[in-house]
Amino acid sequence: MLSAHIQEQINRELKKYPVDQKQSAVMSALRFVQDEKGWISTDDMSDVAAFLGMANMAVLEVATFYHMYNLKPMGKTTITVCTNLSCTLCGAEETVAHLKTRLGIGLGEVTADGKFGLREGECMGACKDAPLFTINNKRLCGRLSNEKIDQILAELDKS
Amino acid sequence: MRGPVTQTTMDFEQPWTLENYLKVGGYQALRRVLTEKMSPDAIIAEVKVSALRGRGGAGFPTGLKWSFMPRNFAGDKYIVCNSDEGEPGTCKDWDIMLYNPHLLIEGMAIAAYTMNVKTGYNYVHGEIFEAYERMEEACELARAAGFLGDDIMGTGFSFDLHNHLGYGAYVCGEETALLESIEGKKGQPRFKPPFPASFGLYGKPTTINNTETFASIPYIINNGGRAFLELGKPNNGGTKLFSVSGHVNNPGNFEVPMGTPFAKLLEMAGGVRNGHTIKAVIPGGSSMPVIPGEIMMDLTMDYDSILKAGSGLGSGAVIVMDETVCMVRALERLSYFYHEESCGQCTPCREGTGWLYRIVHRIEHGQGRKEDLDLLLSVGENIAGRTICALGEAAVWPVQGMLRHFRAEFEYHIEHKRCLV
Repeated sequence: MLSAHIQEQINRELKKYPVDQKQSAVMSALRFVQDEKGWISTDDMSDVAAFLGMANMAVLEVATFYHMYNLKPMGKTTITVCTNLSCTLCGAEETVAHLKTRLGIGLGEVTADGKFGLREGECMGACKDAPLFTINNKRLCGRLSNEKIDQILAELDKS
Repeated sequence: MRGPVTQTTMDFEQPWTLENYLKVGGYQALRRVLTEKMSPDAIIAEVKVSALRGRGGAGFPTGLKWSFMPRNFAGDKYIVCNSDEGEPGTCKDWDIMLYNPHLLIEGMAIAAYTMNVKTGYNYVHGEIFEAYERMEEACELARAAGFLGDDIMGTGFSFDLHNHLGYGAYVCGEETALLESIEGKKGQPRFKPPFPASFGLYGKPTTINNTETFASIPYIINNGGRAFLELGKPNNGGTKLFSVSGHVNNPGNFEVPMGTPFAKLLEMAGGVRNGHTIKAVIPGGSSMPVIPGEIMMDLTMDYDSILKAGSGLGSGAVIVMDETVCMVRALERLSYFYHEESCGQCTPCREGTGWLYRIVHRIEHGQGRKEDLDLLLSVGENIAGRTICALGEAAVWPVQGMLRHFRAEFEYHIEHKRCLV
């Protein structure tokens, strides 16, 4: 069952599209599920399908096509590091190495306490601020140094 | 130094507010178009005079594109803004949405009037959520102020604009993949024809333009097409936003006249990072062929000049590499990207991008074979021109560019199983 909050958010999105095109809200619906639960299970996909009048398979197709959906449990805070060319030129390999050491996990993994997850991402369209990562697909942190990363992690650890 | 077209509000501490946008003459172009009831033909003619070409990468003449929309079509029609900026190196539309969101809204509203469209969508790259939020907020404010929605400024013209957030798929920057994505499907490009102007979003006539393209429209209306053209050079009208990233001291977005010497742009970006020398430049986003630094230093930044040098201006994303960069490693990273982002619909791209990546990967890791460089080119020939969308070419061009200019470095890698730099 989708929570009342998610339903309300989806209903707001639906106003953007023609009444007979409810499927257009599927991407945001999956995003809302992920925001609330941290990841999207196949049960969640079925709930989204029922809510939008779509086939389960059509929702699965979307959820598996776009990289930013977590299809397995990730951390309360998931950090996605861009390692594309501009970021690599500016030290993204060191960013990844530092995060791995600090968090004690590899790419695609979650810390034992479930607090942090680490992912590699593709170009985020913010190359002038390289190297950079996003936090839970919401906040973009750029021009990273090891000190700045430590500062951000400490701040996240408290929240 | 701020640019006159897209950076109009940059002198303010909060450049994105409606109040500040109005202070710099914001929504005056839309007001003029609507109150004077300018004829769509006159607007399109003005845009044609401006020589504005699509700023997303393809460089298609905007006025011509607008003229393709069926004027007397009875049903719904759409305009769509492509803000799915994921071509590695590119981050200019991000700045427009973050710092001048109402400029985009105004440009789209004028386009909507011109093509007699009531609804528009702005498809925002998933990773830049803050820009999406900024656009959502700006649309709300514009609606409340009567610049969007029903009966805009009491003129009887209605147009509403909605933002749609992507969620991580490079291929959705391809316009028909983007339309599929708005329709709530996986973003796989459509075979063309039919073109979007006849069969677009929800099967209706649709025009898709890049963010910077729409954002150039208010200037053209306010100052005339000729004034815009004269900002740049013939066939390359206007200013252009260049995203300069990589090995420069001051990476950033710079709006400069088309035809500005690359050396000047590099200087604006603070020059090559401390004490280093320029080795190579990717002049228009990662899919454009690389150009050696010494050639690049003599070029100007416009479509014709970069094309003549065997590359493309693309999205205007300039990636600067200094002498410490291993070109095999750089290409390996790019080839990985195209392999990762191939949507899998066309076999040549789905299989071929994997081949390209694996071959470059083994060269980089000391397992290259003598025949690998010819194999790379042969795989490329089997991808380019054999796919539905241009992602195939986008994967091949970087390979061709690298082998054209830095073949010796690849050969060294294969022979000595290590890097030249």
